[in-house]
Parts: sequence; C-alpha cells; structure tokens
Amino acid sequence: MPYRSVVLIKQVPDTHNISGKVMTDEGTIDRAALPAIFNPDDLTALEMALDLKDREGGTVVVITMGPPSAAAVLREALFRGADSAVLLSDRRFAGADTLATSYALAMAVKKLGDFDLVFAGRQAIDGDTAQVGPQTAEKLGIPQVTLAEALLGIGGRKVTFRRAVDRGTETVECDLPCLVTVVGGVLEVRPASVRRRIEFKHASTPLEYKALIERWPDLGDEARVDAWLAEKGLRIPVWSATDIGAEEGRLGLAGSPTQVYKVNFVVLEGTESKEVPPTREGIASLVDELVREYIVG
Amino acid sequence: MSDTRNVWVFAEQDGGVLAEVGLELLGKGRELADRLGSELHAVLMGKGVEGRAAELIAQGADRVLLAEHEELADYRTLPYARVLTDLVRERKPYIVLVGATSTGRDLAPRVASALRTGLTADCTDLQIGDYESRKDATTYRDLLLQIRPAFGGNLIATIVNPKGRPQMASVREGVMRRAEADAARKGTVERVAPRFEPSDFALRVVARERRVSTVKLKDAAVVVAGGAGVSGQAEFDLLRELAQVLAGEVGASRALVDAGLVHHDHQVGQTGITVRPRLYVAAGISGAIQHRAGMDGSNKIIAINTDPEAPIFQIADYRIVGDLAEVVPMLVEAIRGKAK
Repeated sequence: MPYRSVVLIKQVPDTHNISGKVMTDEGTIDRAALPAIFNPDDLTALEMALDLKDREGGTVVVITMGPPSAAAVLREALFRGADSAVLLSDRRFAGADTLATSYALAMAVKKLGDFDLVFAGRQAIDGDTAQVGPQTAEKLGIPQVTLAEALLGIGGRKVTFRRAVDRGTETVECDLPCLVTVVGGVLEVRPASVRRRIEFKHASTPLEYKALIERWPDLGDEARVDAWLAEKGLRIPVWSATDIGAEEGRLGLAGSPTQVYKVNFVVLEGTESKEVPPTREGIASLVDELVREYIVG
Repeated sequence: MSDTRNVWVFAEQDGGVLAEVGLELLGKGRELADRLGSELHAVLMGKGVEGRAAELIAQGADRVLLAEHEELADYRTLPYARVLTDLVRERKPYIVLVGATSTGRDLAPRVASALRTGLTADCTDLQIGDYESRKDATTYRDLLLQIRPAFGGNLIATIVNPKGRPQMASVREGVMRRAEADAARKGTVERVAPRFEPSDFALRVVARERRVSTVKLKDAAVVVAGGAGVSGQAEFDLLRELAQVLAGEVGASRALVDAGLVHHDHQVGQTGITVRPRLYVAAGISGAIQHRAGMDGSNKIIAINTDPEAPIFQIADYRIVGDLAEVVPMLVEAIRGKAK
C-alpha cells in the first residue's frame, strides 16, 4: 500500500575532500571555498525512501533548510526520483543550533500534512552531532528509529528496520508514523536519471528566477517564469518562518540555547622531534632507539 | 523543587553490565560537582540492576537514582526518555552528562528537545567557568564550558548554554579517564517509580544480535594507524603487518573508515576512540584536529607522510617524510631483525 514519505536533507561543505586550495595562509580551512554537496547520509536516506516508493507506491517529498543556493540539493533529489521539494529559507532561521533547526523542520513537516515516514541521514558531515533527527521526532511527537541500515518490511501501520548499534544489530518494529535516521552507505544509491535530469532541469525556487532569466532571457519576466514553472510542476516553493507558523523566539540564533563562547586556534607547539630519513639506515637507527627506550620489544 | 547545582551522569547499562563511558563520566562529573560545591547523581535504569549501584558510588556518585521496571529491561528510546525527562523536570539538575554511545546519542537529543535545552555532542573537555554574554550584557557564573573541535580544521570551540537547564553534553568513550574506584565511599540509592504513557510503547525490539568486537584499540600498547594517504587494501595490509610485528592494533582516521577499508571500530579520533598507547604510528594521516583529539596523548608518535607540511608532524616525536608503501616495509624488516 502507498506510503507518504518526507526526507530531510542538507547541503553541506565537502569536509571530506580538503585540498590545499581551500587552506588559508593561516592554515585554517576557508569554509566558503569548499564545494557544497548533498550530505552523504541523506543521500542514503533518500534512497531508502525511493526504494519504499518503488515497492509500495506513494510519494516522496524532500525538505531542506538553508540559503537560496541550497535549492541545488533539492533539484538533485528530484533528478533521483523525489516527487516534490520544499526549501525552508528565511533570515530568521539563521544561526540555529540543533534544537532550533529541528523545531523549524518539524513545523515544515506538519505543514505538509499527513505523513507516514520521515527519513533523515544519521548525521551531517559538517557537525556530526546526529541530533537533528531525534529532536525533530520529539517535536513531531512520533517515535524514532536511529541508525537504520535496512528497511526490512512494512505492512499496514507497522514498519520493521534493522539498526546498527555499537554492540551489533537490533531489529525493531515501529508503529507509523515514525522518523528514521539512516546510516550512510548501506544502500546502493541510484544515480540521477537522464530523463529526470531533463525534466527537472528548470525546477527553481522564486529566489532563483532572476538568475534563470539571466541565463535564458527568452523566458521573459519573473511573473511569466512563475506561471510557466507552476504549470509544469517545476516551481519549488520557499517557506518562510511565517509560512510554517513558527514562533519567532524558537528559531535561529534566538531559539538556540547553545552559543559559541569562543573559538581558539590550536597552535601546534612543535614538540622536540627527530627527522628520520626514509632510508634503510635511518629506519634501522630509529628502531634501535625505540628498543633502547623500551618503546618497542 | 528549586533548581539545584547538581551534576547528573546517565549510567548506561546493557544486560546488567555498566558501560565504561558512564564510569568515566562519573570521574569528570565528580570534579565538576566539587567545583560547584554540589552533588553528583547517577541515573541507572533497567531491570534487576540494583547491584550495580554500589559501583557507581565507588566511582564517585553521591546518590544513585534507580529506576527499575519490566519496560526498562532493554533500552528503547521512548520509555527511557520518559523516565529521564520526568526526573529532570522534577529535580532540576544543573548539568546532565551522557556517553556518546549509540544509546546515548539516541536518548540525549530526544530528552534535550523535550526539555528545550541545549546539547553539545562529542565534547573533548568539560570545565566550569564564567561567560560574559555580549548579547544580553550579562555575566553568567559557573557555566559548563563544553569544549569540542569545530569544523574548520585547527579550531576548538567552547560552547555554553547560558539559560537552558540542564546543560547537557555527550562525551565519547575513552575521552575522560576513569577514576580509581573507592569501595569505601558512601552514597545513597534512591528508587524512583517510572510512569509511562501508552504511546511510549510504539516500538518493539524484535531481535538483538550481538557482534563481539575483537578490536582492543583503547588499551593497546601500540597502535598503527592509516589515513587518507593509504591508497588501497594492499597498503593497508602493510599496516596490519607492522601492527602484527609490534604486537599492536590497527587504527584508522575517519577518511579510511569512510573509504570502506576498515570498520568504524578501528576509528581513532573525536568521533571514534581515544587512545593513549606507548607508541602510535600515523601512516598517511594528515592530522586534522578531529583525529589528533583521539591520539595526542600517546607516549611516542611516529608520523609517516609524503607531505612535509602535514600537521601531524608538529606533534610527532619522529618525522619520516616519505611514502608509507616504502617506509612501512622497512620498519617491519628492522623490527623483525631486532626480534631475532
């Protein structure tokens, strides 16, 4: 039977591929210079939702919260098979910690209407907290299944997952609706289909109309673009704090209990160290020294 | 009950065995409570776990809040979150510390969200200190300073939660050192009665399969670890061989775990295991702060890297600028030669 799924996704700086090009002179990383990517765990979460849709029918809606440029990951999700997408973007969301983020996401999910499953990646690579999934579930008042590595079965109002926990695995049966966080890499993720890539090429949020018209002047003015995209089902709505009915005091910086008190650069104090030449003789004398000092042997 | 300055530690147990990280946190919790002039309480949930309370007192707890119930026999999010949330609401602790295990990382955010308070994940240090907020021109005294490496390379962020209560933080196993147990310590065990709602049982555990991890990284005397510079299985096998001749364990940076060359059980660093071996060999590891957080307490560090500018060299006792594919076999040979 068909299920209504929502997938929470995030655009993140690619912290896994840090090259010399993104290092500042002070030896720190220039975050803005890192390429923005689809958070890897979220990609697996999307795959699990799409796989469920392939088997049972239903719908898959993706939501992200971020700046206007985050629409790129929504398009990527549409290319891969999502039915529709929503961007949460508003200055009032900025500076949110996990509590304020989960509040905004939960309000957006509620605005979508009835749902059966909310999928999210286990954690995002820019913070690694793994907190937004459980906190969104709490705000929605639904059970959570964290660290899912497989959706084993679904029927009626019950779903079964296998979880990867510290000491092994656990199989759990959960009532619907529920929120599940998915471990990255446990499923082979489908590529963007060529057909869908063409179909959703122009899918845009109103925040992108200007850029769209600059690239393709024939599209006309913003009103024409809007009507055309809406008719084709390519208009990605942008929801503000007002749209999701959020209390302002619970959003962004104001709604975040945690604050960054200070950030310290770690100055590595060069310990007294020895340069060992990468030669047979060099290595042999190193090992001699380690043996003499009872480090080895 | 008015707000207290008490420090709580979630004493995780599985099958009646206390998780190591909870015991470690009692050591840190004791330190924080003494600094605040308050009490340290351990929250112990389960079924038939009363016998474990004495261990928690020996590790520093003044009081053990013991919640025993059929429904708490095995960990499930909602019943556990219900009990912890209710207890916090009723007794108002100042600080709650949770081990960043798969259980702690499931429970703590759910509870923090219900209490609408802050939670800082994977802290590498916890202190008590004052915070002058520019935002509301107020000085907050004796806050929990939650210290963790931040995104951006060589950065350490100090996070505070000036108004939310309790102040919540999670810490990975091995980051704090377990204090010496003192069997003569006196403490109180107080039974608390859990109250559940029917909705707390929306999830049922159908099966549990335990995988016995054979990795003994945490207490290993020698760790040979590889990172992004390890180009494939063949090179990783060289590290295994070196670990073998040194009677040590194989470790890895996150890059190698993400590349699928080794299980997460081997990951050293902020989101993995913290090690303090006699000898740490870092091969092809650049030395991001997240990795260093898990190994910079090593007695001696040998770093092998082709990049002479790699940050790992700055904390290494022995710097070998070269290709690990050549250097590691030379090390193996030299050590084998010594053993003869």
